Amino acid sequence: MSTTNLELQAAPPAKLVVERVSKWFRTPRAQVLALDDINLQVAEGEFVCLVGPSGCGKTTLLDIMAGLTKADEGRVLSDDGVVDGPGRHRLVMFQEPALFPWLDAFGNVMFGLKRKPGLSDNECRDIADYHLRLVGLEKFKHAFVHELSGGMKQRVALARALAPDPHVLLMDEPFAALDAITREQLYGDIQDIWRKRKKTIVFVTHDVREAVCLGDRVFLMSPSPGRIREEFTIPLARPRDINSPELAAIAQRITLALRSHLVESREAAE
Amino acid sequence: MRRSLVVIAFFGVLLLIWQAATASGRWSPVLLPPPWAVAEYLWDAARDGSLLEATIVTVKRLLIGYVIGIVIGLPLGLLISTSHYLEDTIGALALGLQTLPSVCWVPLALLWYGQTEFAMLFVVVMGTVWSVVLATNAGARNIPPIYARAARTMGSQGIDMWTHVILPAALPYVVSGMKQGWAFAWRSLMAAEIFVTILTGFGLGQILQYGRELNSMDQVIGVMIMIVLIGLAADRLLFSPWERLLHRRWGTGIK
Repeated sequence: MSTTNLELQAAPPAKLVVERVSKWFRTPRAQVLALDDINLQVAEGEFVCLVGPSGCGKTTLLDIMAGLTKADEGRVLSDDGVVDGPGRHRLVMFQEPALFPWLDAFGNVMFGLKRKPGLSDNECRDIADYHLRLVGLEKFKHAFVHELSGGMKQRVALARALAPDPHVLLMDEPFAALDAITREQLYGDIQDIWRKRKKTIVFVTHDVREAVCLGDRVFLMSPSPGRIREEFTIPLARPRDINSPELAAIAQRITLALRSHLVESREAAE
Repeated sequence: MRRSLVVIAFFGVLLLIWQAATASGRWSPVLLPPPWAVAEYLWDAARDGSLLEATIVTVKRLLIGYVIGIVIGLPLGLLISTSHYLEDTIGALALGLQTLPSVCWVPLALLWYGQTEFAMLFVVVMGTVWSVVLATNAGARNIPPIYARAARTMGSQGIDMWTHVILPAALPYVVSGMKQGWAFAWRSLMAAEIFVTILTGFGLGQILQYGRELNSMDQVIGVMIMIVLIGLAADRLLFSPWERLLHRRWGTGIK
């Protein structure tokens, strides 16, 4: 199967809608409002970043979109209706690679494909090979997880998430544990892959620059309770370089906004 | 090459010390026969087939009981890992029965099943099953939750989740539990064979016991060596390949 053929097969990316979602965390002593009335719409093929300090509920929101966590109020709509559990149309890339050590790189990419109906064994293999090539790891097809570097592990995780051709890709700080050089390479790779594969991506990060580098739109979140405070549209042309001064200027504006929201919510708490 | 030379030299020296001890004349040859007497017994017993027959009887009892123990223990361990209630009840029972030395099952097995193969089998199964149950439960409970989360998003659930995610992820625990189960089963079977004569087959434990009754120390030591060799062979053939596979995939162990 040729590369172009596979690209043509990509399903039309779908819209994702978050409607009035709230979530409490209950501990024996207290109830914490982790997410407060979140509304969000992601267009087809859009790259959206959620940025905020730790504790603002961005990972919880991503889990709710994935169907791994249930919202206490509100709902999430995906193209296949109301989200009420995890499904292969919304694949998640976690902060840790979460690769299976009992499988090699190829086996990990195959895992989701084998569970996708309507694919023959040979098609699965071709698609897995194609995605390992896409992330530049065809030579490490049969390497075991512990034999890969941190950056390579996340590349395999990316290939694994892309291979079953999900409508939406949910990424939870996938590059947070990597060194700066590897991270910058992956910013280039992910933009390239996003352009080629036309995926809808929701990307969670605490790094404002990272969000500006990757997102079409950036949503700013603040903690206690977790809220979406502001939305920024990033007008920069792609591919973007995280070290460019234009990008830095926008990132600075967002950082200032973030700071003022933090002061506000602290004053509100007092 | 060098390592096997060291091994040969080590066991050669052991044999020499043994030989020197018997040659010194301080101990009666009835109590401490020289190495060649033991070798002679092993040679004769191997030639007349009695040793091979006893080995087959013993290994067959062990393997059948062990496989049954695993077939019961693995699913039971996985089941217990799904619920705190099951762990508090069946898990506690398993822990209690595992601490019970498995030879303690012999009197019960004899009263229930008489001097039959089934009594032997029962003892071996009891020796195996609790270790496997406990290790499988511990393994399944210690899996990083992120594996299950990732698998769920990729469409894995139910039986598929158990067989393709939880069981392989728990494999390092399961293999060490299987190894412990093997050790317990082996010990309890030897005890049972020494303890009871079963007319449907004489195992190694029984010919070991005859060695004592005949005051034939060369037979006693010869059969003991045979028992040690079977233990080593089991380790090499049954467990080493699994452990190597785990080390290679998980990247554990010393290179």
